[in-house]
Amino acid sequence: MLIAILVLILLALIIGLVLGFSSIKFKVKGDPIVEKIDAILPQTQCGQCSYPGCKPYAKAIASGEADINQCPPGGEDGVKALAELMGVEYKPLDESHGITKPKSVAFIDEDTCIGCTLCIQACPVDAILGAAKQMHTIIEKECTGCELCLPPCPVDCITMEVIEENAENWKWKYPVYSLSKKTAKVQ
Amino acid sequence: MLENYLLIMVSTVLVNNIVLTKILGLCPFMGVSKKLETSISMSAATAFVLTIGSMTSWAINHYLLEPNNLVYLRTLTFIVVIAAVVQFTEMLMQKHFPVLYKMLGIFLPLITTNCAVLGIPLLNAQASYGLVESAFFGFGGAIGFSFVLILFASTRERLEGADVPEAFKGSAIAMITAALMSLAFMGFIGLDR
Repeated sequence: MLIAILVLILLALIIGLVLGFSSIKFKVKGDPIVEKIDAILPQTQCGQCSYPGCKPYAKAIASGEADINQCPPGGEDGVKALAELMGVEYKPLDESHGITKPKSVAFIDEDTCIGCTLCIQACPVDAILGAAKQMHTIIEKECTGCELCLPPCPVDCITMEVIEENAENWKWKYPVYSLSKKTAKVQ
Repeated sequence: MLENYLLIMVSTVLVNNIVLTKILGLCPFMGVSKKLETSISMSAATAFVLTIGSMTSWAINHYLLEPNNLVYLRTLTFIVVIAAVVQFTEMLMQKHFPVLYKMLGIFLPLITTNCAVLGIPLLNAQASYGLVESAFFGFGGAIGFSFVLILFASTRERLEGADVPEAFKGSAIAMITAALMSLAFMGFIGLDR
């Protein structure tokens, strides 16, 4: 009995040591290009690009599997930044993946909300606060405006509110230059 | 000697096929047989894990468990040791053979907890094979697994386009196909004299 316990402990110790050591020794750094693409993407995790989030889409772009123009929340500016990073020609946003909308956040009409938690499950960034049969509310700061909470709501109490530009959230627009005359014509 | 190894191989691939005769490893057999491509990746990962797993568990059994009269710990130690060894080789592979790593992909960690992977070392220990025999038994088992998995996957790919009656569509026809394959493999028992 004792020897069995000792043997198992010893085995676990050896395995733990070897695995721990080798995970440090054989560490592989992630593909840096994926990180760079991911940094450009808007991190809405909305899935409109037909990938389950921004990181998978970034991976797909890096492997050449997906095109650069499938991200509506990123808009034209995003496509331009991606074109520059990947060294490919700019192309207009693929409208089959949706159109760019003004930046907005979801808003729950708290009088209508029945507390079903369906929107909480749909939210990719955990921006909805609430519990079963309790009123839900949206953490405005966390909301990316991906609209994924709209379809599951059984009482349609969620609306998208456009963020008005005011003195608090105004910032300089990113400078945008057309890459060449040819692409300027496409626009 | 060589004849013995050859016999082990033939018997594990055809006569005592792990999937169709021993009914082990059915989960990947039904689960990843929808596409030929994934089934080939899965087969490669299984071959790798089974060969490595058979050898390491032989060593554990021979040098650690049997001298200490701890044979009853086989199941526990085999699971842990195989999982650890596969994890280790996976890290090694990711660093030094990225192509191989990409090919085996997600299947390598998935297969470690498969019942075929545990079953083969246990059968090895029961039959008290030596190191090389264990390796051949494991590899043969993997070849047998790959053989039926790839056959099944290609059959299922064709079934997609076949005119299957409404009630039998999907998993039902897959189960029937698997059963028919199992019946066919029973014919190989005749090889055993």
